Formats: sequence, C-alpha cells, structure tokens
Amino acid sequence: MSKDTQPEKPQWAMVIDLDRCTGCEACVVACRVENNIPVVGPEEAAKGRSINWIRVERYFEGEFPDVKAKFMPVLCQQCEEAPCEPVCPVYATYHTDEGLNAQVYNRCVGTRYCANNCPYTVRFFNFFDPHWDAPLEKSLNPEVSIRGRGVMEKCTFCIQRIRKGEDKAKDEGREIRDGDVVPACVQTCETKAMYFGNIADPESEVSKLSRSNRAMRLLEDLGTKPKVIYLNKGD
Amino acid sequence: MSESRLTDSKINSDLLAPVNKPGRGWYATVTVSALVVAAALGALVYQFSNGLGVWGINRPVFWALDITNFVFWIGISHAGTLISAILRVTGAEWRRPVTRCAEAITVFALMIGALFPIIHLGKPQLFYWMVPYPSERGLWPNFRSPLMWDFFAINTYLLGSIIYLYLPLIPDLALLRDKSSGLFRRLYGALSLGWRGTQLQWDRLERAVRVMAVIIIPVAVSVHTIVSWDFAMTIRPMWHSTMFGPYFVAGAIFSGIAALILAMAVIRRVFRLEAYLRPVHFNNLGLLLLTMSLIWFYFTFSEYLTSWYGNAPEEMSVFRSKISGPYASMFWASVICCFVIPAPILAIKRLRTIKGCMIASALVVIGMWLERFLIIVPTLVQPRLTFNWGAYRPTWVEITLTAGTFGYFVLLYALFTRLFPIIAVWEYKEGLPLGEHGEPTVVDLTDAELERA
Repeated sequence: MSKDTQPEKPQWAMVIDLDRCTGCEACVVACRVENNIPVVGPEEAAKGRSINWIRVERYFEGEFPDVKAKFMPVLCQQCEEAPCEPVCPVYATYHTDEGLNAQVYNRCVGTRYCANNCPYTVRFFNFFDPHWDAPLEKSLNPEVSIRGRGVMEKCTFCIQRIRKGEDKAKDEGREIRDGDVVPACVQTCETKAMYFGNIADPESEVSKLSRSNRAMRLLEDLGTKPKVIYLNKGD
Repeated sequence: MSESRLTDSKINSDLLAPVNKPGRGWYATVTVSALVVAAALGALVYQFSNGLGVWGINRPVFWALDITNFVFWIGISHAGTLISAILRVTGAEWRRPVTRCAEAITVFALMIGALFPIIHLGKPQLFYWMVPYPSERGLWPNFRSPLMWDFFAINTYLLGSIIYLYLPLIPDLALLRDKSSGLFRRLYGALSLGWRGTQLQWDRLERAVRVMAVIIIPVAVSVHTIVSWDFAMTIRPMWHSTMFGPYFVAGAIFSGIAALILAMAVIRRVFRLEAYLRPVHFNNLGLLLLTMSLIWFYFTFSEYLTSWYGNAPEEMSVFRSKISGPYASMFWASVICCFVIPAPILAIKRLRTIKGCMIASALVVIGMWLERFLIIVPTLVQPRLTFNWGAYRPTWVEITLTAGTFGYFVLLYALFTRLFPIIAVWEYKEGLPLGEHGEPTVVDLTDAELERA
C-alpha cells in the first residue's frame, strides 16, 4: 500500500557496511541502554523472550576448519511498504511522514499480528512486566517511555534523538544535515560500519552510499522497500 | 398397536424428557465439565495476573494453541449451518430431528472460538478498541486489518446463528410454557413472544426461518474464509495461499459434521432418543462426512503438492518440517485421522453404523485440531531469516485452557438440553404423515432400523 510521503520532510535511512562489521555487538548494548530495553534474564531468553531491537546475526560459510563467520546487524528495516502496518487492527503501528514505521505503545492491544507478518522478525512482545535488576533501573533513559506488559515494541531509529536533531536544526533556522541525528547504535559502532541520515537529500552520506554498487536490501524481493541498506562486497 | 409406535403425546413426553427429568448421566456430565471449566478459569486468572509469558509462546512463535483453538472452534461451529440451513433450504425431510442439535453446536462453538481472540491479547481488557465507535481516542479501527474483518464476520455470524437457533425454538418454547409452572412458566412465556400457534404466526415463522436459512449460508462461508485470511493475507511461507479460504471452509464443515455426529450419538444414548435419532440420520451424515473427508484430502494434497513442486526455499523448510521433520508425527496422525481411517469406515456400508460413524467422527475432530495446529505453528517456527528459527512447547496453562474449551462446550450444551428440547418437537411432528382426519399421526419405526443400531 503506497504511503503519501511529503518530499520536504526528511526520510530517515541507515546504511550498514557488512564488510566493516566485526560482530562486536556494541550496537546491541548501546541500544539497550538508550532505549530502556528490559532484561528478561537467561531463562526467559532461552525460551525466546529476549528483547533486542538490534541483533547481530551470525552466518557461517564453509566447512570446519575453513569456516568464515559473517555478521549481519538486523534491526527494524523501517520498510516503506511495511507488512506489519496494514494488519494492525488498532493503528498501533503506522507510517510517519518521515518514512518511519512507528509503534504507538498506548494504542497496542497485543494481537502480535504485526510480528507474525514481519519477514525480518524484528518485533518484540512484552510477555511480562518489564524488569531491571538493581541498580540498572537507575540508569533508565528519561527520554524514552517504558513499555508495559502486553505490547509490541521495536527499533524506532532512536526517534528521541531524531526529534532533538530536528529541533536543533529548526532553532538554527536551517535544513537537517548529516550529523544532526546519530542513533545510539551508529554512535557506538567501533568500526564505523553504520551510517544514518536523510535519504531524501541526494547529497547526504546515506544517499551516496545507497547508490553504491555494493548496496543491497534484506529480502529485497518481498517488495517491502526497507530503509536499511546493507553494503556488501558480494563475494 | 405395537410398542414401537409413536403417538403425539409420547413424542411430547419423549422429547421433553431431558427438560423434565434429566437423569443421572446429565448430572455427572455437568459436574465433570464444570470442574474442567473451573480449572480453565483458574488458568485464565493466573494468565491475566502474570502476563502471556505463562504461555509457551515466544519470538518467533507468537501464536500457537490460542489461535489453534480459535480456528478449530470456529470450524466446529459450521455444523449448524450446513446441516440445518442447507438441509432446510433443499427441503431434506430427514433433517427434522437433527437441526436443533446442529444449531446449538454453532452458537456454543462460536462463543468459545470467539473467546480466544480476546483472551490471547496482550491487553485483553482493551479488546473493545476493535469496535468502531467515535471514541475519546479519536481513532477508528483499521479496516485494512484481517483481524477487523474477523471481528465483524464473527459477530455477524454469532448474531445470525442465535437468531437462527431462536426462531424455530419459539413454538417449542410455547409448548414448554403450557406445560410448566411458576418461574419457568414466566421465563418460557416471555421467550415464546406470545406464541399462540395461529395460522398467521406459523406463516410468519416459516417465512422468517426460510429467510434466515438462506442468509446464514453465505455468512458462514464468509466467516471461515475470513478466518483463513488471517493467515493467507500475510507473506509467511505456507500461509500466503490463495486456496486457504475454501480449504478452511471445507475443513470447518468437515469438523462440524463430525462434532454433530458425536453430539447426536451422545444425546441419543443419554436421553434414550433411539426412536428419533435413527440409523438413517447417522447414515446420511456419515455420507456427508465421507464427502468432506475426500474434499479435505483433495485440498490438502493440492496445497502440499504445489508447495513441494514450487520448491521455494522458505516454503520447503516449512514443508519438510511437516512431512519428515519435527512435526511429521502430528502431520501424518492428522492425515490418518482425517482420511485414512474415516474414509473406508464411511465408504463401506457395513461399517457405516452408528458406532462406525462415531469412531470416524472422533478421529476427524482430533485430526482437524491437529491440522489447525500444523497450519499455524510450523510456519511461525521458521521465519525467513534462519537465524531466528525457534521452537514451541505448550505450558500447562495453554493445555488447561484447551481442555477447558471442550469442558465449556459440553457444559453449555448440557445446560441447553436441560432448558430446551434438543430435538425440535414441532418440526418433528410437522414431518409426520397425516392421519385420516388430517391430524398428525403415529409413525411406524422399522424394527430393522432399530436393531441395526
């Protein structure tokens, strides 16, 4: 279903260079701290209830001992044609005019239909009330709301940082530019494998990288038009 | 006059007997089923106070027994529609003692099925947000969502089938009114809407029943089609199938007939209604069940053959998990229960006895439950990105809730038979041949038929 996007609004996108990713998972930790992601504990995690808005998927190539590990950070792909959106009966997930796939926690009743229709398995359900072992609850980010039991959550592209960056640009009376918005995962990436910016601006770094012949999108043939672009040598 | 002859007053006393003096079996049934329901209620309270984490669901298996039970019970509800509405519309005379058993199944199975989309929510207390009303939230529900279509389809069907159960009940309610006293007389009196049995009332009733019978058929077909679209509208491997609509409807009618045969066999035994629910009814329903078994097999074969031949990797991983992987035992059990055993039993006339039909029906009910489970879980276990493949194992909470659905169904059904005649008295009499003076008269039971039972 086509969405009306306003060209004057920034369209947020991320580029991840897989050849630079070492699989260190610093992005996972940074995301957890920034976005108040609850800790479910080892038992629940073993049952598949852990919440990681971004994860590093490992795929192995070759046979032992000639094994090569490939790392792929996967987060919400912020699809332009998001399969999760039309199936939600209460508009808890919808498309913003900045091309984000937003999740409104207070609207969510927890049908989990969105998660079932997400080909990337990047939507998470709060099976229990959120919990942080002391003293972690003191480090919660006041700019991000805590999600209660029974609602879905997922990567927001650090919407709180986007708002801040946009406000700053507005205060300074200028257009948004590279560096105004840096999500936690991008900020913390040791090898600078991640880039973030406005893909509607042809001069932005993500725009240029997205036109590279190393660029590809995850499960591209499904037609979801992801806004996360991966760079890969392709060998 | 032989003892096997039925008189008008004997019909009344036979068919109203369950209402007047239910017997020990009835009390035992109600007690056991009420205990199961109480256990399920306990599990539900536990779930509501702790969260859905007490179920076995996880990421990526976000739906499991909840939606299995939902699809299964909505499927069972299709008994009433097919038997009652289609047989009424086509004027099949043998339907008369069968219709009400079937219509009651529809209403109760729907009530149970419709519970699951509510109790499986992360926030079940907010289920009414699906209702389109101008709310303080300033937000309409999303009409593009198949869950919304479900909401409307199921409510329409529930309302329609309650009306369809109620209308033919009115003359019998008047009969009960005239034969009861005290509080029950007032209750039946109010429910019978002042029925006097005038010609005008009969004309109107018959017209209303005819109209409802025609309306309810497309409604029933649409309901299970829409239930199937919950899956088919997604882009999940082995869900995204164009034939899911008819496949689900056929499966629904299939399991519905099986449930009806089981219910009739129990009613016949418990209430000693052998003279009314006769081998011919089981024979005819058995043939219908055979037809649906063949249709089910045809659909299943087409569905799996096209997946296999297409050989798309994501489809094949789900396909293999069912045919030869972790779900193979359940898959083949479902094929055996739905086709391999019932089809020969029902096809061979000598085996198509009441007992044979019961065995086949019990297997079909089990097999169709497994089939619903196998449609839902294996697809969810294997998402496209193989890194996220998961597993699913139900917890005691889900299992208790599942048992509770069966207990609740039996309980509701037993209570219904206590309050209302489970065989439509007037409809049965209407089908009797007229006597010399135009009065509905006695009917001879063929003793051969009784013996065959």
